[in-house]
Amino acid sequence: MSEPLIALDGVRKTYGTGTDIEVEVLHGIDLELEPGEFTALVGPSGSGKSTLLNLVGLLEPPTTGSYRIAGRETATLPERDVTALRATHLGFVFQFHHLLPAFTATENVLMPGLIAHGPITPERRERARELLREVGLGDRLDYLPRKLSGGQQQRVAIARALSLAPPLVLADEPTGNLDTHSADDIFRLMRRFNERSGTAFLIVTHDPRLAQRCDRIVELVDGAIAGDVPNRAREPG
Amino acid sequence: MPFEWVVALRFLREGRLQTALIIGGAAAGVAVVLFITALVQGLQASTIRRVLGTQAHIVIRPAEEVARPQREGVAGETVLPHVEARAQRLRSIDQWQAIEAMLDGMPDITAVSPMVSGPAFALRGDASKSIAIFGVDPARYDRIVAVGEKLVGGAFRLGPDDAVIGRELAKDLGVGVGDRFRILTAESAQPVASTFTVTGIVDLGVRDLNRRSVYVAFRTAQTLLALPGGASQIDLKVAELFGAETLARRLEARTGLTVESWMRTNEQLLAAISAQDISTRTIRAFVILIVAVGIASVLVVWVVQKRREIGILRAMGASRGRVQRVFLLQGAIVAAGGSLIGSLLASAMLFVFLRLARAADGTPLFELIAMPAWLYLAAIAGAIAGGVAAAALPARAAARLDPAQAIRM
Repeated sequence: MSEPLIALDGVRKTYGTGTDIEVEVLHGIDLELEPGEFTALVGPSGSGKSTLLNLVGLLEPPTTGSYRIAGRETATLPERDVTALRATHLGFVFQFHHLLPAFTATENVLMPGLIAHGPITPERRERARELLREVGLGDRLDYLPRKLSGGQQQRVAIARALSLAPPLVLADEPTGNLDTHSADDIFRLMRRFNERSGTAFLIVTHDPRLAQRCDRIVELVDGAIAGDVPNRAREPG
Repeated sequence: MPFEWVVALRFLREGRLQTALIIGGAAAGVAVVLFITALVQGLQASTIRRVLGTQAHIVIRPAEEVARPQREGVAGETVLPHVEARAQRLRSIDQWQAIEAMLDGMPDITAVSPMVSGPAFALRGDASKSIAIFGVDPARYDRIVAVGEKLVGGAFRLGPDDAVIGRELAKDLGVGVGDRFRILTAESAQPVASTFTVTGIVDLGVRDLNRRSVYVAFRTAQTLLALPGGASQIDLKVAELFGAETLARRLEARTGLTVESWMRTNEQLLAAISAQDISTRTIRAFVILIVAVGIASVLVVWVVQKRREIGILRAMGASRGRVQRVFLLQGAIVAAGGSLIGSLLASAMLFVFLRLARAADGTPLFELIAMPAWLYLAAIAGAIAGGVAAAALPARAAARLDPAQAIRM
């Protein structure tokens, strides 16, 4: 079998190490994601979902344990390489959109490329516009985020996450802030990119209805994996 | 445009009020620093110019002649010498041509002018006035003391029988340009006084000098003062006005001659000027400090406000270093903008000030020795360095933000 996309092995995360209020949030997580997998991460509030997502997203390092991306151990990498890995391998979609308010929709989508590859070329600009058209914002290319609705902002965020065609997109409650209709739209959009370009998604969600539409459901309870099931009976996206 | 520039410029554009505040602060600071510097420099320059208008920066003279006892004491023998100090006769500097050539080749010396000077009498009709003869080469001497600029009549031209004399002396002798008078020196071989034609009348700005100064040709003075082929002193002008004393000591050690700088002969003036210098520097340092603290404090607030954006940028793969550079760049950009505006402001202030500030007689209180371009460049470069330094702390704070935490905000 080929190398998994990511592999966590006995990962623990402790906050407040060395103080009186030392708290272990994750207790030895083993998790592998295959390329192209469309996975839901569910669990009650405070179960450590966001922490796990931050670890997978290389936003914070595990306290102990091993985390490999495409076979590469990340725990020992210097900050510079971690940052580079984040840029090339991971896309982020956050609950509160987290667009850069000072930049237009197109510029937001261009930002990861600007960071990773330097000054923007006309080709990259065109590709960013194409992505925005694909998420249905062809008529809002140069709008600032505050001029867009929540659903529209989240579409921009998805286009941005996909702009460097990363193998894995991490989404932290991407629909949590949207009405049902918009939430469905966003979910379908992610599904479409997953099916078309083989991008793997790891989606944290509270919404059991959405989780049921993923390929695999990982359930986290009290900082440990309580369930990990392939969802063969998934509803059509 | 690279990432850092794109983000820095956009952040600046987005936070217009903060940007305007910092740029305004930097502009005010740079304007004050430039204005004070230019003002004090102009003031000092004109004071020094007035004082040094009639003096060389450095004067080289022959070493004083010392009388030595003829007989050295020998052990077991008592000698009771009576050594009289020697009267200092007018002498030429030994090998003055060689020394002149050496001085001409030194980069920190901008003008060299040998001179033969000594006492004499000016005679016309029944009047006889005690004078000082300055035998010079007009072209060379004009670069030491700008006699040409101080003429009230005629020209600074010295043929073998020409003389340029002070205004009061001309009045005393009752001569004008083109008139003749005679000069009598103690050293003249023949007691007959030579006749000179007045080619120019000069106002040296000091009445006493005007009463006794007579410029004649170098060779003429050699003859008059019986120093054929000699030079009794060499006048120097230096590039670094306040380096004159150091240079003088160096020259003295090198030549063994008596070397005196203007700083030695005008110690009072110098003390006043250096006191002024210290106070200007203090004011400047405080202004710079205040502006830097202002820029830093606005940027600190800015970093706090931008925490989420910084987190997003970090999540998208921007390294700590790049985030830090964004804020350093912001500091540099606002400082550059502020210093440009400040320079314009300072120029305008100086222009107005020069118009308003006039002495009692209506002439400008002081002339500004054209605000040098390097002063502007130095101010702008200094401001940019200061802006980056001021941004260092906020930039570090931004780089240290934990992206996971910043995003959760």
